Order: sequence, then C-alpha cells, then structure tokens
Amino acid sequence: MEKVMSSEQQQKMHPHKFTLWVAIGSITMMFAGFTSAYIVKSNQAGWEPVQMPKIFFLSTVIILVSSATVYLAQKAMAAREMAKYRLLITITALLGLGFVATQFIGFSELWASKITFSESVAGSFFYIITGVHALHVLGGVIALVVLFLRAYNTKTKFYGSTPVETTGLYWHFVDLLWIYLFVFFMLVS
Amino acid sequence: MSNETSHGHSSTVSVPHETHHEVHHGHHHETFLTKYVFSQDHKTIAKQFLITGMFWALVGGLFSVIFRLQLGFPDAKFPWMETLLGEWAKGGQLQAEAYYALVTMHGTVLVFFVLTAGLSGTFSNFLIPLQVGARDMASPFMNMLSYWFFFVASIVMLSSLFVQTGPFSGGWTAYPPLSALGEASPGSKVGMDLWLVSMALFVVSSLLGGLNYIATILNMRTKGMSMTRLPLTIWAFFFTAVLGVLSFPVLFSGFILLIFDRHFGTSFYLSDIFINGQALPNEGGSAILYQHLFWFLGHPEVYIILLPAMGMASEILSVNSRKPIFGYMAMIGSLFAITILAFLVWAHHMFVTGLNPFLGAFFVLLTLLIAVPSAIKVFNWLTTIWRGNIRFTPAMLFALGFVSLFISGGLTGIFLGNSALDIHLHDTYFVIAHFHIVMGVASMFGMFAGIYHWYPKMYGRYLNNTLGYIHFWVTMVGAYLIFWPMHYEGLAGMPRRYYKYDIWESFKHFGELNKFISIVAIIVFLVQILFIFNFFYSIWKGRKVTTLNPWGANTLEWTTPVNPGHGNWIGEIPEVHRWAYDYGKDGHDHIAQTVPVSADESKH
Repeated sequence: MEKVMSSEQQQKMHPHKFTLWVAIGSITMMFAGFTSAYIVKSNQAGWEPVQMPKIFFLSTVIILVSSATVYLAQKAMAAREMAKYRLLITITALLGLGFVATQFIGFSELWASKITFSESVAGSFFYIITGVHALHVLGGVIALVVLFLRAYNTKTKFYGSTPVETTGLYWHFVDLLWIYLFVFFMLVS
Repeated sequence: MSNETSHGHSSTVSVPHETHHEVHHGHHHETFLTKYVFSQDHKTIAKQFLITGMFWALVGGLFSVIFRLQLGFPDAKFPWMETLLGEWAKGGQLQAEAYYALVTMHGTVLVFFVLTAGLSGTFSNFLIPLQVGARDMASPFMNMLSYWFFFVASIVMLSSLFVQTGPFSGGWTAYPPLSALGEASPGSKVGMDLWLVSMALFVVSSLLGGLNYIATILNMRTKGMSMTRLPLTIWAFFFTAVLGVLSFPVLFSGFILLIFDRHFGTSFYLSDIFINGQALPNEGGSAILYQHLFWFLGHPEVYIILLPAMGMASEILSVNSRKPIFGYMAMIGSLFAITILAFLVWAHHMFVTGLNPFLGAFFVLLTLLIAVPSAIKVFNWLTTIWRGNIRFTPAMLFALGFVSLFISGGLTGIFLGNSALDIHLHDTYFVIAHFHIVMGVASMFGMFAGIYHWYPKMYGRYLNNTLGYIHFWVTMVGAYLIFWPMHYEGLAGMPRRYYKYDIWESFKHFGELNKFISIVAIIVFLVQILFIFNFFYSIWKGRKVTTLNPWGANTLEWTTPVNPGHGNWIGEIPEVHRWAYDYGKDGHDHIAQTVPVSADESKH
C-alpha cells in the first residue's frame, strides 16, 4: 500500500495527527463527565471537600517543564540535531515518570490522613479523576519510550516528523488537562 | 489522471482486469490469516462485524423468544427448555432470575452488539472508503483493533452466560444499586463484572472505530469529493461517529465509578441501603448520578443506532426511485440538528426520578424539538419516492419499511416526551412499543436494506430475491403485530419487566393478547433464520454479479471491480465531478459521480 495518499492529500494534516485531535475531544468528554459529576455531587448535603496535597504543586511544575522539553525536542528533530533530540525526549519521559511519582506520593499522604474510599466521597472522586489522568500521562510515557527506542536504533534511521509531532501534541494535551483539573479542584473545593 | 476511463454512462460495462488484478498485486503474499482473520482491509473487517453481529442477533433474538414464551404462556411447561437451559428452566418453566437475565442480555446484546457494532461497524467500515474514494481507512491497523476489541468483548459477554450465578440481570441500563452490590441478586455477582469488562472493551472498540471513520471522511476523500458531494450515507456515518466519540467516554467514566463502588468500597452511587435488614456502610452517594452519566451516552446511543439506517435508507430510496434525493442540504441539516439535540435531551429518560419539574420543562421542549428534523427527513423521503420510477427490490422494500416504522414509532415519542404524560406511561409496555418500533425494528430494517443493497459489492453475488420478499413481508407485518398491541397494554398501565401478569386483576385480560404477541414473535424469529440461511447460501451459491453497477447507482463503490481487492481500485482512484444524485437528468437515467459536467448540462 505505497500509495495510500494522493498528492493532494499529502498537503493536509497527517491522518494520524488528525485522529489524535478527535481522540483528544473524546478524552475531554470523559473528564467533562467526571468533573460535572463532581460538581453535581459537591452541591449535595454532607459534602466535605478535600485539601489538595502540597506536592501536587510540584507535579504541576514538573509537567509544565516537560511540555517545554517536548517542544524543544520537536524543534531539535526539525533541525536534525539528533543528539539533542534524544536527550530531550529522554528528559521528557523522565519528567513524565516524575509527575506520576509525585502524584503517587500525594495519594499516599492523603490516604494516610484518613481520606479513603470508604470515608470520603470527595476523596474518592479526587483519587479517581487524578488517577485516570495519571494513566493518560503514563500512556504518553509509553509513546515517548517507543520514540526513544527508535532514536537509538542504529540499524534503521527514522526521520519522519509525524510520530514526534503527534506525541508532542498528546503531551501538551495531558499537560493542559492537568492544569484544568488542578484549577478545577482548587476552585470547586 | 491521463488514463481516464468513463464508467457509468452505461451500467453494462464488462468486468475489466479481473485476472490481471491478481498479477498486479502479487507481491502482497496474503496468507489465510492475514486475509480473512487479522485483516486490515476495511471490507473484510466490515464482513467480520456483520457476521459477528448476525451471531449476536440470533442469540439476542432467541432470548426474546424464550422470555416471550414465559410471557405468553406463563403456566405452560416446556421440557425442551430444561434441556436447553438446565437450572434456568427447572421443570420446563423459566425461572424468575433467568427471565430477568434474559431480558437484560436481550437489551444489551441488541443495542450494543447488533445495532451499534453490527450496523455502524459493518456499513461505516464497508462504505466510507468505497464511497469517499479512499484505498482504506485512515488507520487500517486501528480499524483491525476495533474489530478485535469487539470480538473479545463478545467472548467475555458470552462467557457471562455460562457462570454459575448467571449473567447480569438488572436491566440493560445497569442502574445501581442492583449493578453495584453483589449481594443484591445472583446476576449482580460475577455476571455483572463480566458485563462491565465486556462493555469497557466494547467502548474501546467503538472509539477506535469512530476515530477512524471521522478521520477518513474528513481527510481521505478523493479529488473533487467535497463535503457537499458526499452521499448521505457518509454524512450519516460521520454524525454517528461524532456522537459515539463524544458520548461513549462519558459512559466509560460512569463505568469506572461503578467498578470502584463494586470493588473498592467507594460510595459514588450508594447511600442508605439495606439488604436483608442489614444496613450497608455506604454513605453520601446518589444512584441518580449514574443515570445522568448513563443517559448522557444512552440517548445519543439511540441516534448512533438510527442515523446509519437513515443514511442508507436515503441512498437506497433515491437509487431505487431513479430520482435525486429531495432536499439534500436539508437532509444534512436535519442530521446535524439531530446530532446536537441528541446531547441535550438525556433527562427525558429520568422524568420520574425526582428531577426538578422546572428543569424537566426544558428537556420536554428540547425533546419535542427533535420532531422538527425528523419530520423534515420523513418529508424528504416521501418526496424522493413521489412519482418516482420505483423498483421494488428487497432493499427498497426494507427502506420503505424503515420509513413506515420511523413514522409510527416516532409519533409515540411525542407522547413520551411530555413529562406529564410520562408519569403515567413511563416503565410501561408503551415505552417498549415505542423504542422497539422506532429504534429497534426501524434500524434493523435499515440494516437489512443495507445488506440486500450492498451484498453484490460485498460478495460479488446476489441474495435470493424470493427469500428476500418473504423475509420482508413476514417481518414487516410481524413487527406491527408484535408491537402495536403493546401500546394498548401500556396505556392500560401494564408495567414492563414483570415476570408474570396473570396474578394482577387489572392485566389478566391481556393474557390472550400476550399469547398472540408471543406466537408472532416466534414466527418472525424463524423468518430471520431464513434470512441467515439466504445470506450464507448466497455467499457461495448466489447468482453471480456480472455487471459493475447492478443497481445503476452513481456512487463510487460501483466503479470498483466486482470483487475489489485491498486498495479498492486498480490504478488511480477516480476523480469526482458531481454530487451522487444525478438521476433522470437531461434524459440520462443516471450520471455517475465520475462523469465530468458537460457544457450543455442543465444546472443541478
């Protein structure tokens, strides 16, 4: 199937990237479902809000920095600076893992302070919504690991920009989603 | 495009390159496994969806036959039923638990596995690349995954039928607390876990499919195929995919919360519950929250089921009336309006849950607004066939049947959409009659129409016409005989989902009517077996298709070889010069989309 796209189609957005945009809409709807459920519940009697763990501020900084590194990695790829590109996607993946780790530490702290599934409905929501987001970040880390393995593959060289672009787009999205959730929990609580 | 050949002026072009084709694509080295099992060809995936969907339709239909036997003959004993179902039918009588399990599975299987995966899975896959002029989907690999997620979901759901405590039995909507508490009923134990796993896999399958459909329609159209030259089928599949992609994730979030309620001690949906006199510790949850999340998908789901049938009916009615579709842009506009409204009416399923009546008024208004685009569509279908040169092929009959059912089922929707009337009508047989006619049977008819119409493209052979006519008439008459009487039962207040009605003084006199409905249901089920026989028999023994364009249609799929290979067109993808509905124009019977507009042509 060499000729999947005609010459006219090549000028448009790559189908994979477009598909990702649609998927982003889909994931957004899932979190819209979660957070609107949270709002509905928070207006009912007996609701006790949860204080966000301090370490989540660190998570926010980490994911913001990682968005910058993935952006720079895209630039490096475009300029064919492969050494820099490899370094930057490695850093991004590590920052992603760091984000998940700080989230996990935050969860443990909360759990230790008696905010458990059976004790707090607000806490349960908080764990699940942020937990599902963390899973999405982990998905991005997996994509980065694939890029990483490709970049270090000495037998075949990959210079196509689509995988980096789509991964970068996804990464910015989970970053933005986190900012949304972070502000959401600050405001609604 | 130097090697322009003009097909389509005549419908009897001989079959070109059939043998040449094999040589041309010889380097593919397809094995049985890559060609028929793990295929990435959208046409094969479509057939996989169709045949899996047909399997489920048989299973789901058989379930309805069994519980209809209970409803029609509550005191009779059927020893064969004990042979078939064992413990479920002790002494030849269907047990109450089994009855609820069968009703639940009938709903789940028909709504999701047959009318979602089997309908839009089949025809979106089959027709989108063929009608927009693409070699395959945007991501053939994801497309293959979509089928295999559905397949695994099927296996999990099927396995839930065989666990000791039985499949889930709390209704296809899976409302908590029945679905959240294992202690609530036998079906709520492992059967419900399997149900959730299966449905989660199913959601993944739908999302993968839907992403692909949207990306393909928007990005992979051939040269000249602007959005307003697309056949209405493609527009319908597009909106269907948009609905699925935006609503299934919300259902998924509801499922995640449900899983945590079941297994990890959270209280999203649970509060103040007693089981066998024992108070549960859950505090602060709300079962209504689940209903909101569920119906936010659940209502768009109705249109996920219905829109593909609408799209295919539009195409088939136009082709077989030899007339352009009436109001092409109005058709697109009404599809769009239905898509938007689908997201704004979910609470009409919840009028009696204690919903604020003031809020209810808005949902009544928005619900009744759906009548406007629906009426536009009906009007356009009727004006399309008006004074047309109608060919009553089985596909055309089913498309006409679809319009008939859509009208009669849609009218009762106006009753149900009123929150005041709903106080009386909710949870009665009136609701059953309404949604079975307008969503269930009507979409089934759309699906049958699609199968009869595109079967020649799928298998290079025709379905048997005589069997097709028998199939149509018995199903058509049967559908009305089954569901029409249910309106009377519902108006009299007969509740749905009950195991037995003969102990109720107010519903005793419906005994004979229930018997009648059950007998017709069995006959209609048998005719569906006839159809399935026709389907498989014709794959190998059907009359061969000898012309490229047997229906004289304008769309691109008929410019491919009779049995198109992976990639659909030999040589270049044809260019499109006009919309898909130039029938009976300037003295031509039909003008295919690939024919350039000539200078002396009248405007369309």
